[in-house]
Amino acid sequence: MIVLEHASVYYGAGSKRVAAVRDVSLRVAEGEAFGLVGESGSGKSTVLRAIAGLIPHAQGVVRLAGLDMGARRPTASRRMAQMVFQDPYGSLHPNQTVDQTLSMPIAIHKLGDADRRVPAALAEVGLGREHRFRYPHQLSGGQRQRVAIARALILQPRILLLDEPTSALDVSVQAEILNLLTRLRRELGLTMLMVSHDLAVIAHLCERIGVMSGGELLETTTADALAAGAVSHPYTQALLRSNQGFDASSITAA
Amino acid sequence: MTDTLLSVRNLRVVYPGDDGDFHAVRDVSFTLGRERLGIVGESGSGKSTTGRAIMGLVAPPGRITADEMRLGDLDLTRMNEAGFRKLRGKRIAMVLQDPKYSLDPVMTVGDQIAETHRQHVNAGRKAARLAALEMLEAVQIRDPERVYGLYPHQVSGGMGQRVMIAMMLIAGPDILIADEPTSALDVTVQTQVLAIMDNLVRSRGMGLILVSHNLHLVSSFCDRVLVMYAGRVVETCAAGDLANARHPYTRGLLAALPELGHRRAELPQLQRDPAWLEGSL
Ligand SMILES: Nc1ncnc2c1ncn2[C@@H]1O[C@H](COP(=O)(O)OP(=O)(O)OP(=O)(O)O)[C@@H](O)[C@H]1O
Ligand SMILES: Nc1ncnc2c1ncn2[C@@H]1O[C@H](COP(=O)(O)OP(=O)(O)OP(=O)(O)O)[C@@H](O)[C@H]1O
Ligand SMILES: [Mg+2]
Ligand SMILES: [Mg+2]
Repeated sequence: MIVLEHASVYYGAGSKRVAAVRDVSLRVAEGEAFGLVGESGSGKSTVLRAIAGLIPHAQGVVRLAGLDMGARRPTASRRMAQMVFQDPYGSLHPNQTVDQTLSMPIAIHKLGDADRRVPAALAEVGLGREHRFRYPHQLSGGQRQRVAIARALILQPRILLLDEPTSALDVSVQAEILNLLTRLRRELGLTMLMVSHDLAVIAHLCERIGVMSGGELLETTTADALAAGAVSHPYTQALLRSNQGFDASSITAA
Repeated sequence: MTDTLLSVRNLRVVYPGDDGDFHAVRDVSFTLGRERLGIVGESGSGKSTTGRAIMGLVAPPGRITADEMRLGDLDLTRMNEAGFRKLRGKRIAMVLQDPKYSLDPVMTVGDQIAETHRQHVNAGRKAARLAALEMLEAVQIRDPERVYGLYPHQVSGGMGQRVMIAMMLIAGPDILIADEPTSALDVTVQTQVLAIMDNLVRSRGMGLILVSHNLHLVSSFCDRVLVMYAGRVVETCAAGDLANARHPYTRGLLAALPELGHRRAELPQLQRDPAWLEGSL
């Protein structure tokens, strides 16, 4: 469903040009959930942006559902992959009601029938009619994140790109959102690519997990291998240790 | 370890609203020694408000009352804004949840740290600059010289958080309240930042209050933990015993955590019981 072959992505131009993603290849099958972990600035969000078509890839191939994505995408293929952003506070416009937020993509993609689609999308993420005309500040963090997911779902994508969908949420709301994602994947057969720095969260949802560093994909492992501690890369090992909580011995004497 | 830096008894914070008063913090009591105290609890349970009350940072119309709130020999319940201003930074410091909003947007981050240093010790410009650079290095900023000259909008989320921590630590406070100090940091940097704070507790006898959603982190890093629900402390326990917590709310939070190597089809969601609003265990 998602194929990257030797894909590279750059920011800026001229002497300020930086390679944020370098020569990354990966494949995610239809209905599969793939996780991306890695240090801050390693290019995780950039990979998602390139797949969503929010930023062009300079080299390599991005293929979604068998179609090569060029620099300019037809509207139909832009619908196919939708993204849920890192920050549930920043990603919703504070002056727009839930209804306005969800109607916008319908208008842009000229789908029509907003009066049926908006309540249906809300129901899909477990929100009621009473939430439809609220502003973001009248919703809890978990409800806001549900709205962000509803906005992605309203275009009926086949791929959902999730950038740290639960890291700003407390554990009870996180459980709510993870259960929601599990259900959506089962019921809609969505293909998911998720970024998180919490290994337990990633391993809960994803079967396979890629580890990034410095713009490159270092290794691909599985949730089971992680659980068994069978990882080879030092960064992955450090990640695994920090998942157990604070361990002073993991800090190199400096 | 035993001497008390801060004692709080029956702290209440009320925000007046259109439909009556909202009790954000209800009868919270605890003491803080030269230790690492964790505060956990779901969003909206009053963790940040508790920290802000100790700092004198609850703005009107919010109201604070307490039977006792004492910092060393100082009675904080009688402190006015001018008094708090003298304490803040020097004796108690707080790393806020949204670091970017608490930095001055028109001053480079390095100058802000140096300025803080000068406010608290009698140092010249050059010495302050050096101290700021050292502190940036201490919080694991890779290229301190370059970052010194950046403005807040030019640093990433994780860097902003470390800059805030550097600014708080350079003043050498007795008590540091760290509100989700590592939530924007990737795990390896997070461990290093915690180690810096840990070191200050051990070597200088600082008292640390760590507010966090991350139950694993709090139970492995702190000495004791307060669990807050709807403005109340519902349970206090030794951090290492958090896994054996007795309160059904705490147990519910623990159960909601996904676990590596123990995948469940569905995570149990918290079922709230109205009885939790009464008293504590
Ligand atoms: N708009 C931009 N202009 C220039 N550089 C950018 C831009 N966005 C990201 N970068 C750089 O690209 C690199 C990769 O960034 P990216 O956001 O993909 O990292 P990430 O892995 O998602 O990190 P985090 O875990 O902190 O979110 C970083 O070095 C970053 O500084
Ligand atoms: N200035 C204010 N006016 C009115 N209500 C407020 C104000 N500040 C906070 N509150 C309310 O007080 C309660 C406690 O808020 P607080 O910020 O202390 O929660 P928290 O435990 O830190 O949550 P989080 O984990 O989301 O940061 C919340 O219900 C919040 O909406
Ligand atoms: Mg990112
Ligand atoms: Mg808070």
